[in-house]
This record gives sequence, C-alpha cells and structure tokens, in this order.
Amino acid sequence: MTSLRGAVSIAGIGNTRRWNGTGRTAFEQLEEAAVLALEDCGLKMAHIDGLYCALSGSGLPVLNVAERLGLGSNLRHADGTMVGGASFLFQLRSAMSALATRQCDVALVCYGSNQLSAGGRLAPMPDPQPFEEPYRPRYPISAYALAAARHMHEYGTTRDQLADVAVAARRWAHRNPDAFARDELTREHVLASRMISDPLTKADCCLVTDGGAALVLTRTERARDLRQPLVPVLGAGVAVSHRQIAQMPDLTRTAAEKSAREAMAQAGITPSDVDLAMVYDAFTICTLLFLEDLGFCAKGEGGDFVASGAISPGGSLPVNTNGGGLSCNHPGMYGLFTLIEAVTQLRNQAGERQVEAAQIALAHANGGVLCSQATAILGTEATL
Amino acid sequence: MTTDARFDGPGPQAKWRAGLDDGVFLLLTCRACGRYAFPPTVCCVHCGSPDTALVQASGIGTVYSATTVRARDHSYNLSLIDLAEGVRMMSSVSGDPETVRIGERVMARIERKGDGVRVVFDRGEPA
Repeated sequence: MTSLRGAVSIAGIGNTRRWNGTGRTAFEQLEEAAVLALEDCGLKMAHIDGLYCALSGSGLPVLNVAERLGLGSNLRHADGTMVGGASFLFQLRSAMSALATRQCDVALVCYGSNQLSAGGRLAPMPDPQPFEEPYRPRYPISAYALAAARHMHEYGTTRDQLADVAVAARRWAHRNPDAFARDELTREHVLASRMISDPLTKADCCLVTDGGAALVLTRTERARDLRQPLVPVLGAGVAVSHRQIAQMPDLTRTAAEKSAREAMAQAGITPSDVDLAMVYDAFTICTLLFLEDLGFCAKGEGGDFVASGAISPGGSLPVNTNGGGLSCNHPGMYGLFTLIEAVTQLRNQAGERQVEAAQIALAHANGGVLCSQATAILGTEATL
Repeated sequence: MTTDARFDGPGPQAKWRAGLDDGVFLLLTCRACGRYAFPPTVCCVHCGSPDTALVQASGIGTVYSATTVRARDHSYNLSLIDLAEGVRMMSSVSGDPETVRIGERVMARIERKGDGVRVVFDRGEPA
C-alpha cells in the first residue's frame, strides 16, 4: 500500500476570530474563513475542486456551502461526514486519500457557527435518543461528568487536578491576543464556580462562542510552490466507539488510543517526538483523558501530569497553546481549530505563545460524548 | 410484497416499549452467542446474528457512574447502571442524589408518572 505520509499539506488556514459575530449567520462565518484560507496560500476559489464541511445546524452542508461559495461547477469531490466536533479531522483523512489519488487537486475543509450570537445554546441536532431522554441528561455535560466521576473513582483523580486543566488553558490564553477569555483564573475560581453536573462546574466547561475556520489542502509538491511554510500531514487516524454514553465500554478509556496509534504509525513517530499537542478540550476531563490515551502519560496519571505544570506555559508538553476550547473559542464544534493552531505553531507564526523549534504537532479532536476520535500528526519540511 | 419472515411483526423497540407498558423490563438476548444487549436492536451487537429475543431482565444492577444534575428548581441523579446480564444502561437512582455512590447495588423498578413510563433503580439488595 502506498503511504500517505507527507503526501498532502495544509497550504492555507483561515480563522475569522469573530467569537461574538453578532449579525452574521453560521454560513457567513464559514465563507469568511474560506476567503481567508485561500488568501493565506494565494489560491483562488476557482481552484477548489474538493469540499469538506459539517455544520451543527445544516443537514445538507455540502450542498449549501457549494452553492454559497460558488463551487458547484468545479467540484469533483465532496464529503459531509458528521461525527460531531471530530468531523473535520475525519474529513482531513478522507481528503488525504482523495488528493493523493487525484480525485481532487485543491480541497477546502471548512466550518462556521453563530452559536453565541444566536442565543448561546448548542444547536439541537436531529438525533433523538429515546433511551436517554427519560432521564434528562444535560447534553452533553452530563456524559462528561459521568466519565469524570468514574475516572476519579478508579484513579483518585481530584477536582483540583481537573481545575488545573482550566488554569493551564487560561495561562496560554494570556499569551494569545485572539483568545476570548483572558481574565485571571485560579484553581479556587474553578472550584467555586457553579456546579452543573457533578463533578463539573461551569468553569470546567468550554466557552460558547461564534467562529469560522477553514483549511486549504493540496498535494505536497504543489504546496511547496505556495506562499506559506510547508506543513505536511504526516499521519491521521480515526475511531468511533459509541453514540450513547451508556454504550461506551470503559468511561476512562477513549477510542483516542486507537486513532492515535494509527496516526503515529503512519507518521512513524512516538509520543515523545511530539513538540506540542492541541487536544479538543470541551471539558477539563477531556484534556486529561486524551493526554493519557494519546500516550503522553500512563492511564490514570493524567491528573498528576497536569498538576505538575507539564501542560502550562514553560511545561514539558505545550498543550492548547491558543487557550483551547476552554479559553480561546468554542463555536459549537471546535475540531478544526486544533489544526489551525497546530499549523500556526509549525509555521512559527504564533507570536508570544510560539513554541521554540516546533517540528511535530499533534492535533486531536473528539465528537459527540467521547464518541468519535480523530488524531492528526503535522510536521515541517524538515520532518519529510 | 415478499418479506423475510424472521423480521416480520413489530420491531424490537416497539416490543420493548410494549413490555414496559405491561410492567415488564425486557433485555435483548442473542440465541447465537448467548449474550445480552440494551437498547434492543434487530441484530446482536456482539456477533451480528439476527436470531434474537426479548427476555425479562433480572433487574439487579450496580452503579457504574453517577452525577447529580443541578437544575434550577431541583437536583436529580443520573447514573449508568451495570446490570447482572452484562449490559449497561442510563437511568436514575431514587432518593437523595448526593448520596448515590459508584459500586452501590441497585434494583430496577418501573416508574409511571403522567404519560411517562421508565425504568429507575432503588438502592439496596433485592427483597
């Protein structure tokens, strides 16, 4: 089998940074991000012949986006896979195959949301769960609370350690002028925040924002001739484990173990080769679970790892250097922003929060209630 | 129209719901591999066999994980219960939500409130 390692590169990135974009629709956020991603790499809308997108509020995202961006007549390939916030990393992996086999030449992966300005609630998806609804879980926080409670029970993880995840994210956000939440946050603030679903407080939850993001992907030989430093995709892996939280085999082990194994095998790396990790932190417990399942620490040791300061600025493993979903932005589905920040770091464009000599970045996204997991390994020219 | 007789009649979800309305808590069991599953589906999630049946659950369970959902007006328990048959389901444990503990033994009960009927769990050993 032909290896896809490094065959495709992320040539352009677009990020609207409009976390409170009153007066804009989700599609308008997406469209702006698409324009920014094309301008970032110097390609035109007319070059796009592969489209990848998912939206919280649209059941037919490819059709709407293709029409609104005027892509219809040029499109040769499209994929609207919807597995929640990990969708865009699933789509990245599909696009690697499509580009490498010349089913398309320039692929756009894009997303937009007006979750905050439209009222601050998670857009309801047409996906009824008749075996959960009689018990009135707060969706999605109660599912993550159940995972956190079980992790605390099995491994002695504490609320202090969960709070440290939120504090580390905020300390990174202080170095990112684009982060939405930049006021001081201490462990005490998190613990004193309003309890929503035990053991998770409001401060254990991600932000609710608007936002739009887009990537332009091409085969690596073409990306070399474009405007930005090369960021090849070295590996990608995906995994699906359940839909209802009661069907998750072990609430302390996510399918990130599987997606990471696949991505790292393709990239030919181990966790110790990773210079920075962008992991989908919808709730504080997510960061902890993913640090364990991605192989940065042993199962059950995530709490101690975080409490040691490892993921804070100056720590041994820079994690969520933009501030993450907890402190930078979280427009409904955050997955694409893990890739945006990873690319920004690998291009050495991250300003005050820049990780020195970053060569290999891991981006990890989660969807639903720990349901879908997707991992991507990105590199620089030197890693090819 | 010719259909496969193995799948004729109401689907497993409707049969499960009818059982609940009649006061019986059912689980899906597989005649091919002998394992149980919940919620009920057409084919066995363990082995893929369509040779399945609904049978009465023992109702004996253990709390796998629990959270207190803090609503504005009141708080309530939300739990995942591991049943003796080896399946896990979402449910609610009765009594003070703050005192529900992982590992506690619980027993199923069918609760009717208004138009609703659901399986909930009480703490303690079966009578």
